[in-house]
Amino acid sequence: MTTPGGHPYGGAQQPQGGHDQNRFNFPSAPSRPVPEQNPYQHQQYGQPQQPPYSQRPSQQPLRGSQPQAPKAHNPLVRPYAMTGGRTRPRYQLAIEALVSTTADPARLQGQLPEHQRICRLCQEIKSVAEISALLSIPLGVARILVADLAEAGLVAIHQPGGDESAGGQPDVTLLERVLSGLRKL
Amino acid sequence: MVAGGFGVGKTTFVGAVSEINPLRTEAVMTSASAGIDDLTHTGDKTTTTVAMDFGRITLDQDLILYLFGTPGQDRFWFMWDDLVRGAIGAVVLVDTRRLADCFPAVDYFENSGLPFVIALNGFDGHQPYTPEEVREALQIGPDAPIITTDARHRADAKSALITLVEHALMARLR
Repeated sequence: MTTPGGHPYGGAQQPQGGHDQNRFNFPSAPSRPVPEQNPYQHQQYGQPQQPPYSQRPSQQPLRGSQPQAPKAHNPLVRPYAMTGGRTRPRYQLAIEALVSTTADPARLQGQLPEHQRICRLCQEIKSVAEISALLSIPLGVARILVADLAEAGLVAIHQPGGDESAGGQPDVTLLERVLSGLRKL
Repeated sequence: MVAGGFGVGKTTFVGAVSEINPLRTEAVMTSASAGIDDLTHTGDKTTTTVAMDFGRITLDQDLILYLFGTPGQDRFWFMWDDLVRGAIGAVVLVDTRRLADCFPAVDYFENSGLPFVIALNGFDGHQPYTPEEVREALQIGPDAPIITTDARHRADAKSALITLVEHALMARLR
């Protein structure tokens, strides 16, 4: 997959959706929100911009502490708790879409811990896949969190180039650049 | 995309050319049989984790090639669908001792129209069958290249990628 310097778009712009909403809809995400069980979260309804970071009550305090990365086999945090139960990103992000932090570090104060971690990681450009892998966040969750950050104008997203008329496949110019690059390796 | 059966060397191939150690991303899905999307009991059988290894090659200042190894379990087609869009093509790694393992991948790419090459991964340096024998056995048309490779070696993996991109380019120009 290739990701050329594409079309960065910030939070102020409209999502690119509308063409085919299912393009990157990731069926790993359940199609309905996580049933809410944590009583601490009820007061948070209606604040989708600040998805609550819920943990089971016996865990660390709800806020103010660094979250632990979800463990592979026995996650302390339910995957979609970090997203406030949302299972669809606002943007349809490609798995190889590139993310770079545009926000001033001062702006990160007060952001959710996961958002801060992503912003710190993406000081150097990273793909959505790398964010998921390096921060141990499930892919579908990483997509939602990155979309949140893009909407808030804290990161820029470079969607991969592609020829829309050919189903998003790379165009000839891109293939030639890739070929040339591979030969030089 | 780098596809093929379980244990055929997908991650080895990715690692051979990637500039980073292969990373692993995981997706959480509800089990296909559940029919409802209930994550209430995360941790028991209602969810499945699908892992996918990938690597990265920076080709130019503004050009990064990502190599995604498809999930070993072929039933996770949704992840393949996710990868195909925007992909240049696929290297289907084949262990000729277990030829049937690559059938699902070949079928998938033939149906999706994504350009692919068949790379016979020679275990212990052996290539017991010629590419043409494999072509016949797999019933693959004359268009898709079939090459031999050693997934452990950078030069081999790079060569397989070049063959793939050349093939994809030809397919686009045709």
